[in-house]
Amino acid sequence: MSTDTATLPVGRYAYDQVDRTFLSQRVAQFREQVGRRVAGDLSEDEFKPLRLMNGLYLQLHAYMLRVAVPYGMMGADQMRELAHIARTYDRDYGHFTTRQNIQFNWIRLEDTPDILERLAGVNMHAIQTSGNCIRNVTCDEFAGAAADELLDPRIHAEILRQWSTLHPEFSFLPRKFKIAISGSPHDRVAARFHDIGLVAHPGPDGRPVFDVFVGGGLGRTPIIGVHLRDNLPEEDLLAYLEAVVRVYNAYGRRDNMYKARIKILVQALGVEQFREKVDAEFAQMNRADYRLEPAIVEGIRARFGIPDLDAPADAARKLEADRKADARFDRWVRTNTHTHRHEGFISAVVSIKPDGGIPGDVTADQMDLIADLADEFSFGEIRVTHMQNVVLGHVRKDRLRDLWRRLEGAGLGTPNIGLVGDIIACPGLDYCALANARSIPIAQKLSARFANPELQENIGTLRINISGCINACGHHHAGHIGILGVDKRGEEFFQLTLGGSAENDVAIGQIIGPALPEDETVDAIARLIDTYLVLRNEGEAFIDTYRRLGAASFKDAVYAPA
Amino acid sequence: MPLLENGHVTEDRWAQAIAGEALPAGAVIVPLERLEEGLARPKDAPLGVAIGPDVDVAVLRPALPRLGLVAVNFPTFRDGRAFTQARALREHLSFTGEIRATGTPLPDQYEFLLRCGVTTVQTDRTEDVAVWQQAHEIISIAYQPSVLHERPQGLGLRRFLVTD
Ligand code: HEM
Ligand code: SF4
Repeated sequence: MSTDTATLPVGRYAYDQVDRTFLSQRVAQFREQVGRRVAGDLSEDEFKPLRLMNGLYLQLHAYMLRVAVPYGMMGADQMRELAHIARTYDRDYGHFTTRQNIQFNWIRLEDTPDILERLAGVNMHAIQTSGNCIRNVTCDEFAGAAADELLDPRIHAEILRQWSTLHPEFSFLPRKFKIAISGSPHDRVAARFHDIGLVAHPGPDGRPVFDVFVGGGLGRTPIIGVHLRDNLPEEDLLAYLEAVVRVYNAYGRRDNMYKARIKILVQALGVEQFREKVDAEFAQMNRADYRLEPAIVEGIRARFGIPDLDAPADAARKLEADRKADARFDRWVRTNTHTHRHEGFISAVVSIKPDGGIPGDVTADQMDLIADLADEFSFGEIRVTHMQNVVLGHVRKDRLRDLWRRLEGAGLGTPNIGLVGDIIACPGLDYCALANARSIPIAQKLSARFANPELQENIGTLRINISGCINACGHHHAGHIGILGVDKRGEEFFQLTLGGSAENDVAIGQIIGPALPEDETVDAIARLIDTYLVLRNEGEAFIDTYRRLGAASFKDAVYAPA
Repeated sequence: MPLLENGHVTEDRWAQAIAGEALPAGAVIVPLERLEEGLARPKDAPLGVAIGPDVDVAVLRPALPRLGLVAVNFPTFRDGRAFTQARALREHLSFTGEIRATGTPLPDQYEFLLRCGVTTVQTDRTEDVAVWQQAHEIISIAYQPSVLHERPQGLGLRRFLVTD
């Protein structure tokens, strides 16, 4: 099949007629299933797995639809459609999630087939955004752009998307299954907190190979993924993953949903025995049937549009001059950009965390604006990050200031990426049927409290992650400061964990003491941060000081205010 | 529900072993516990075995040459272990006989069953066979190879499903 490379969407896999047929069949199938449900031919119990396979949850107040953004990549056209859906079928909002997807919180069941049809019109869907199947594969938000990248992970993320989509054997696993893939030595995907984390890099002969981590996860039993093997050749990628998931499907616990994740199996068997089982399965597979041929990889790579990176020779110098001329812009560049592999370009992070705002929430108008800016400044390409922000991957340095001005005008120019205002928060009790406490108000209060950008920069790198319950959707265990909502006799309390990290220095945060009432939590965190500012050595981030001194030095600040 | 084969109703030529009774002479499906007893019958008497989802199908290896049918079970549609059992029977043990899905799989899982190597379905569910037929026909494309070795489509992993 010939492809006109000039018209391929940049950064993501271009659908063709076959992919589109597949989606429209799925929409027809779901329409039929909704019909059977409405007619009473399917019980709620039977309908549930079917709707979950189309990303439809029943939440506290309404249905919630989680739309897949495969490996976080989408185009301006797709973002505009999401804006339309937010306006027409929701209350004008969408919510970016830590799984690089987008959720709509106020959906009617009857509208869902129409929404899915509209999504299919722009080659989007909600398949496998929930349910006990292989979920949306996540990926580095700077993929294909980052200066430190060894290998663009999106091609293999797309291969995994295809492989896992309606996989006949793995669509009814013991529990949901999450895969993340990185192509950089700097872990930006929390590889060790996934059921499978893949780190891709070129092998000795230049062909891609993968280091495989397995059995990581958060939730009520946080576990750091164990190292299963190094240098898995590309051609065996699918065979090996089949072997891992097959072992999990056969032996994962099904008697207790809290013990059903692969992390529990890996811990129960021990890494050695788990590895033996996987290797035994891998050894007896007919590997030819599963071989990922270079031609397939290239065929998929060929359906990714690549940006034509062409910047004026003085683009970098122009940016330097712009920064000198404007201190506010300079600050935003310091905090909200990432080094691009091309010296004339830079990746810009659009903070979806305005001071006092709800992390990850975007209005329909903001979505439209982001789409316009992507068209104007970044080849129509948009990335959703697992920190609930948005990235424009390839912005010419000499045009960065123009972009920033436009973002500022729309309330999207907050200079807080990686700082205390860049909070991850799950929907919590405001929306979620499982929550013990509200996550959003705490996030809002903290972000308002630390709104001053100078103060934020002075505090430096600090990850605050908030979950409304033990399920840990807000990654609280992986936060430098983690906040977990707990219920004490009907009242909202918050437990603090310190020292977590999802990056190369991966760690699970430790609980420092009894949970705090809602109205004390923000003050306690403020005192914690003040204490760090006093105790830190030159150049230390919060996590460094915490690791140097331990929890004891911070306990007093939290529990014994002066 | 009647026995389904490739979306169509077919006749069941197998009898089930009845607990506490001697095995009948013709084609019979025995539970795993009675496999030895089944194997002791004359070599030309058709024999099938029904296994639970927690069984490692490798235990059937010595008996497989004598087996015409393996029944795998879905105690609930959520329990997907039988998909892996069916695939292992086809791929690792090269079993070519009938694989029958029993229990309560959903019609919406029909394509998955077939692609993992199941050939017949006999469920305790009550809906119209037409629902199963429809489920079999509604999706014509899959994104990964399966035991059916469907015809590849284009350069990706995509396959055309066979619906006859
Ligand atoms: C609003 C409806 C939601 C429900 C009902 C829900 C439910 C759950 C449950 C039950 C778990 C624990 C799973 C387990 O460990 O077995 C979980 C984990 C998780 N969820 Fe959610 N969640 C929701 C929203 C979200 C959102 C909005 C995000 C992203 C912001 C998210 C991301 C995650 C992550 C990252 C985990 C931890 C996964 C792990 O341990 O591997 N969820 N969720
Ligand atoms: S952590 Fe709990 S409260 Fe928050 S979204 Fe997940 S399930 Fe809901």
